[in-house]
Amino acid sequence: MTQKKQGEGDRIAALIDQNLKLVYSDLAQEELPNRFKDLLDVLKAQDTASATRR
Amino acid sequence: MSRGRDPSDPRDAMLDHLPALRAFALSLTRNGATADDMVQDTVVKAWTNIDKFQQGTNMRAWLFTILRNTYYSSRRKLNREVADPEGVMTATLSVKPDHDGHLNLTDFKKVFETLPDEQREALILVGASGFSYEEAANMCGVAVGTIKSRANRGRARLTALLELDGNSPMEMTDSATMAVVAGGGSVLR
Repeated sequence: MTQKKQGEGDRIAALIDQNLKLVYSDLAQEELPNRFKDLLDVLKAQDTASATRR
Repeated sequence: MSRGRDPSDPRDAMLDHLPALRAFALSLTRNGATADDMVQDTVVKAWTNIDKFQQGTNMRAWLFTILRNTYYSSRRKLNREVADPEGVMTATLSVKPDHDGHLNLTDFKKVFETLPDEQREALILVGASGFSYEEAANMCGVAVGTIKSRANRGRARLTALLELDGNSPMEMTDSATMAVVAGGGSVLR
């Protein structure tokens, strides 16, 4: 009886985690806004400029 | 040579982690604009503090840690108390499975968003992002047992609110779910 309950709990936990992965992977697959690539480019350029000045 | 041009500069890998970082931010903030601002703050902080990153350790975990610290810090600044820390209010909410018995992902997301921050965070880190309990505990600055407890309480609440039982289907085959899985819309916004 306890084993059956444990199995049921594990199955439900697996179902929840499966849903979480679906939600999360859907979010992670969204196209990254250009602002982040632009930001990284700006930060790199700033580094390069400050290294050149040294 | 600038650190940005150094072939061993860990910052070169930062871009690869941004989609996952943004997904984490969206799941925490539940708001697209706020999430993007959080990611931007995180990138700037990580970039300027790269000397604090230990080479060979998990950069994604490091970025997630910065983001969550930024999130909670901004919440404190705004003096936004957690309105329903133990989910007393949300305990009254429940979602029944569809007529065909299938669990609808849209309902799942709706209910998931009602979980307290710390439970949502633990479930995203451990259940969805693939971090170990130890990694999640380090990122949140708490004991492993605390993360396990938060994740278990989150799962228990989802189980209750979604009225899941041993007969709940493992697959979600309803049309709304498949549309979302196929990339048909934004989620957790």
